[in-house]
Amino acid sequence: MSSVSGNLAAGKAQSPPVKSSLWKQSFKRLRKNKLAMTGFIIVVIMFLACFIGPLFSPYTENQINMRIMNKAPNLKHWLGTDKLGRDVLIRVLLAGRISLTVGFAAMALSVIIGSLLGAIAGYYRGIVDQIIMRTADLLLTIPGLPLLFISGALLSAWKVPTDYRMYIVMLMLSLVGWPGLARMVRGELLSLREREFMQSTIVLGLRDRRKLFHHLLPNLAPLLIVIATLNIGGSILLESVLSFFGLGVIPPTPTWGNMIDSANNLIDFQERPWLWIPPGFCIFATVIAINLFGDGLRDVLDPKHKR
Amino acid sequence: MTDHLLDIEHLSTYFYTEEGTVKAVDDVTLHVRPGETVCIVGESGCGKSITAMSIMGLQEPAGRVVNGRISLEGTDMLTLSKNAKRAIRGKEIAMIFQEPMSSLNPVLTIGQQIMEPLMEHLKLGKKEAKRRAIKLIEQVGISRAEQIAGSYPHELSGGMLQRIMIAIAISCKPKLLIADEPTTALDVTIQAQILDMLRQFKAESDMSILLITHDLGVVAEMADYVVVMYCGKVVEQGEVCELFEHPKHPYTQGLLKSKPILNQRQEELYSIPGQVPNPLELTESCYFHERCQHCMDICRVREPKLKNVGEDQQAACWLYEEEVLTHG
Repeated sequence: MSSVSGNLAAGKAQSPPVKSSLWKQSFKRLRKNKLAMTGFIIVVIMFLACFIGPLFSPYTENQINMRIMNKAPNLKHWLGTDKLGRDVLIRVLLAGRISLTVGFAAMALSVIIGSLLGAIAGYYRGIVDQIIMRTADLLLTIPGLPLLFISGALLSAWKVPTDYRMYIVMLMLSLVGWPGLARMVRGELLSLREREFMQSTIVLGLRDRRKLFHHLLPNLAPLLIVIATLNIGGSILLESVLSFFGLGVIPPTPTWGNMIDSANNLIDFQERPWLWIPPGFCIFATVIAINLFGDGLRDVLDPKHKR
Repeated sequence: MTDHLLDIEHLSTYFYTEEGTVKAVDDVTLHVRPGETVCIVGESGCGKSITAMSIMGLQEPAGRVVNGRISLEGTDMLTLSKNAKRAIRGKEIAMIFQEPMSSLNPVLTIGQQIMEPLMEHLKLGKKEAKRRAIKLIEQVGISRAEQIAGSYPHELSGGMLQRIMIAIAISCKPKLLIADEPTTALDVTIQAQILDMLRQFKAESDMSILLITHDLGVVAEMADYVVVMYCGKVVEQGEVCELFEHPKHPYTQGLLKSKPILNQRQEELYSIPGQVPNPLELTESCYFHERCQHCMDICRVREPKLKNVGEDQQAACWLYEEEVLTHG
């Protein structure tokens, strides 16, 4: 090579002055989105409160004290007490731990299962595709909520211990969540695999595993992050619904859903709003915050959804 | 035959469409010797890219190799298992494409993409691969290699990306480099640099190049041996000087005539009349007869075979067949 061409190349390379990755740019834009950042801050506060807050409380979740039943919020019990004299605040926070954990875990599971199966179906096509997608279709034809109700009822009928129920609820939620995700991932993959850079990977003699996980899935990362975020909100809601009907995580383990359920009578509803407003507000705030953040993420990461 | 690196014999690649069978490559035979540059020239749609893709197996699943043999140093590429094929691709045969912009994965850094074949074929560790990648970037004439290795394809220009593609292609020191119109998408000044670079690497490592192009200027600059294709068939082939000085087939003559010449004012640039016939409607004939000014009766009904017309030159045309007849 002549030195002339070397100089030319050097001149051209000036255009990217600082190494700016795609992610950094996206986060810069995300920080400008006020709604999304508000959502993000609320989620962070909720997490800190639920996971660190209880450490500072003098009470425990199942500390029964019959002398202070159904007390309205006061200085000792900031959110009052319930019919067994338990502190509502600590129960709301610990319920948050469960609800958030279930939401995140169910999301993680359905994203992992959904993207993996969707990617395999889209990449290999043929019979594998048929088996995976028909299974997904089958699951999609059964309405999710009734399916969850039935399996929740089965759990109750089989008297599954409360400790395990939380994990089984996660599994149930991801079972309902993955088919839609797998479809979306498969669709994206079908168009990605025909792109020219995939021909380059064939020419380079790369292994299928590497093509799939190193070349194709990273291209789906923005889509997956957005879906995953919005999925958390949905999972938390579904878990609350299940628990409200006594089919998810059941008392004495508190979740936001079953706390509202335990205030499910006229006297509690009318006279003791401190029993159901705090968990209700937590569900509302968390889900809205997560959705706002998810929408913000989509605006930033998904170029097809430019407003 | 043993002195050939790549032997393509009677290769036919067909595409089965709803309207009928398209014979994209029809009975093509060509050879590449070690250290030689062979150019395949022809108009768009004449099957030159499909020939190259058939070597790599990229014509699948739409196209099928229905006949012929492709062998690299004696190993038959068409009957190899999937894994054996994979081991050859990227290691023994590398390929660069026309569009450098879309041939690199947009979400991976340049460095990562150069490291991949090194780790796959040479079984290098991450650190060693990274070191080699940076060295390769320097080799293709890009300064500040370390920084470039960490940047993404969209941050570089087309010319730089094509250099990166070359760096990836030569990373495992392949014996054969297939370049499918490597300079078509680039502007003319960069074209010359890229061609220079290919020539330099060829000289350094004794690699053979199969260059596919429609640009006769590129052919003149690069080729040792030229294969002219028309409608999926080889119509003329020969050593480059001989072929440029004495083109025998009317199609080659037309191609050479339609090339602008510097410092010569022409009233109008020559172009071959007519168009490439529809590949679905081909019947036994010389496929060029509709556009040929020397067209004879026999051209319309029978297909000419490749015949020796010079010391190292063959053409498929009835004009020379008759010569052979009258002289003999």
